[in-house]
Amino acid sequence: MTLTLSNELLNATKIREDFPILNEVINGKPLVYFDNAATTQKPRSVITALSGYYEHTNANIHRGIHHLAEKATAEFEATRKSIQTFMNARLMEEIIFTYGTTDGINLIAQTYGRSFLKKGDEILISTMEHHSNIVPWQMLCEEKGCVLRIIPINDAGEILMDSYDNMLTERTKLVSVVHVSNTLGTVNPVEEITRKAHAVGAKVLIDGAQATLHLDLDMQALDCDFYVFSMHKLLGPTGMGILYGKKELLDAMPPYRGGGEMIKEVTFEKTTYNELPYKFEAGTPNIADVVASKAAVDYVQAIGKSNIAAYENQLLDYATDALQSIQGLKVVGTAANKISVISFLMEGIHHQDIGVLLDQQGIAVRTGHHCTQPLMQRFGIPGTTRASFAVYNTIDEVDRLVQGLYKVKKMLG
Amino acid sequence: MMTINEVQDELIEDFSLFDDWESKYEYIIDMGKQLATLKEEFKSEENIIKGCQSRVWLTATTDGDNLAFEADSDAIIVKGLVSMLVKVLSGHKPEDIAKADLYFMERIGLHQHLAQTRSNGLASMVKQMKTYGLAYQSINQ
Repeated sequence: MTLTLSNELLNATKIREDFPILNEVINGKPLVYFDNAATTQKPRSVITALSGYYEHTNANIHRGIHHLAEKATAEFEATRKSIQTFMNARLMEEIIFTYGTTDGINLIAQTYGRSFLKKGDEILISTMEHHSNIVPWQMLCEEKGCVLRIIPINDAGEILMDSYDNMLTERTKLVSVVHVSNTLGTVNPVEEITRKAHAVGAKVLIDGAQATLHLDLDMQALDCDFYVFSMHKLLGPTGMGILYGKKELLDAMPPYRGGGEMIKEVTFEKTTYNELPYKFEAGTPNIADVVASKAAVDYVQAIGKSNIAAYENQLLDYATDALQSIQGLKVVGTAANKISVISFLMEGIHHQDIGVLLDQQGIAVRTGHHCTQPLMQRFGIPGTTRASFAVYNTIDEVDRLVQGLYKVKKMLG
Repeated sequence: MMTINEVQDELIEDFSLFDDWESKYEYIIDMGKQLATLKEEFKSEENIIKGCQSRVWLTATTDGDNLAFEADSDAIIVKGLVSMLVKVLSGHKPEDIAKADLYFMERIGLHQHLAQTRSNGLASMVKQMKTYGLAYQSINQ
C-alpha cells in the first residue's frame, strides 16, 4: 500500500533528521518507534540544550550573585515564560515546575485536597483514567472520607456526558479527568466538562499528559482550575513536568514540600512562605531539564501544533484502515474525536507475544494494560497492543507495522 | 538421566542451528505449544506467578528423591521459555535445583526475557523453582 501524506503540512523526512535516536538499528532492522504515548524521542536541540547547560551555565539558581548563577536563573525563568505562552496562562507565576504529571496530581491531592475537601465531598474521575489520576484520589478519600465516583464511558471509549450531568451535584467538589486517553486516544470534551463542573461550584483538574504534543492549549479559554503534564511526552527531558493552576487557588493552597527556596523567612518559632511560584518549588529544582524544556517547546512551536495535528491525523487514519484490514484485528477505542493512538487486539494471540515478535523486527510498541487496569476491566480484556504515533513517524513505518503483524500472525497462527 | 548442565548444553546446541530470529522463535513457540496445558485446578492463586502482562503457573511434586515441575502461561512465547526451564530443572534433586547456575538463556540470546522481571514473571518463576528446591531439600534432610 502506498500513499503520500501532504507535504504541505510538514516534511517528516527532514524532521526525522533532527532526532538522532531514529537512526538506531534494533535487532538488525531500522528502528520503528511507535511507543510515543509512553515517551517521545528528543530532537537534537533539546539534547544540545541539556549538555550545553552543563558545559556553559551550570550554577544554582536564584539568590546567587555571580555571573553563572544569574545566567542559570535567567534561563530557568525563560522556560517558565515560554510555558506560560505555550499554554496561554494569564500569569507567569501560575506555572509551577514539578517532576511530571504524577507529581502534579499528587501535589494537588496533598495540598488542595487535604486543605479544602472534607468528609462526604465527591471527586469525579472517568473510567479511562491512568492509575496516576486514580490512586492519589483513593489515598485522599481514605484519609479525608471523600467519595470517589467514576464517570462511565461507552463502548467506543467516550465519556457518557448524560451520566456526568447526573453525577454533578452540590456535593461534587473536584472533577479530575484526562484530556486525551493514553490507552484509547480519546479526546475528551474538557471545555464542556469544565463548564458544567463550575456550574455546580466544583474545581477542575485536567491531566494533559497525552494532549500537549497534539492539541492546542489555551488555559484562559479552557478555564480549568489545574492542568498538569510531563515534558518528556512533549519532546522534552524526563523528570520535568508542569502544573498550571489559577493564581487565587495556588495562593490559597498550603505548600507541598518544605525546604529551601520555598520560604520567605525561617525562625525556629515560625516560617513564612515564599510567594508563587516558588512556594511549591522546594529545594534545588531540576534546573538542567527545566532549561532544556524550552528547546522542546520552541521546536514544537516552530513546526506548529496545527501542522503536527493534521499530519498525525493522516497517519492515524491511514494506520487505522491498514490495521483493520488484517483479519482478526480489532481496534479498542473508536471515539469520534481521537489522536494518534491505536490500541488493538488480535484474535487468539496474547499481546505480549505480539510485542516480543514486533521487537524482533525492530518495531517498538507497548503491550499490556497501559496503567489503566480499570479501563481494561471495563472492556473485559487483560491488555492491548498499542501503537502511538508522533510527528516524526511515517507511512512507510506504518506499512512496516502492518507487515510485522502479518508475520506475527503467520508465526502464531 | 542427564544433569542440569547437560540439558542446558543440549538446548544451547539446538539453538545454535538457527541462524535467524524467526526460526529461533518458531522453535520456542513450538515448544510452548507442545507443553501440556496445566489442568484448570492447578491454575490457582497459590500457583500463579503474576507478571505485569502475562501469567505463569507453576506446581512442584516430589517422588521422595527428585522434584518435578509442571508449568503453564497464557502467552505462548513465555510458555515456550517456561517449557525450557521445566526441561532443564525438572526431575532433579532439590539441592541441585537450588544451586543450579542457569546460563543457557544468556547463551541462546534470550536473556532479555529473564531480565523483564515485571512483564512476564519468568525471573520470579526461576526464583520460585529454586525456592521449591531449597524447601524440599530441607524437608528431605
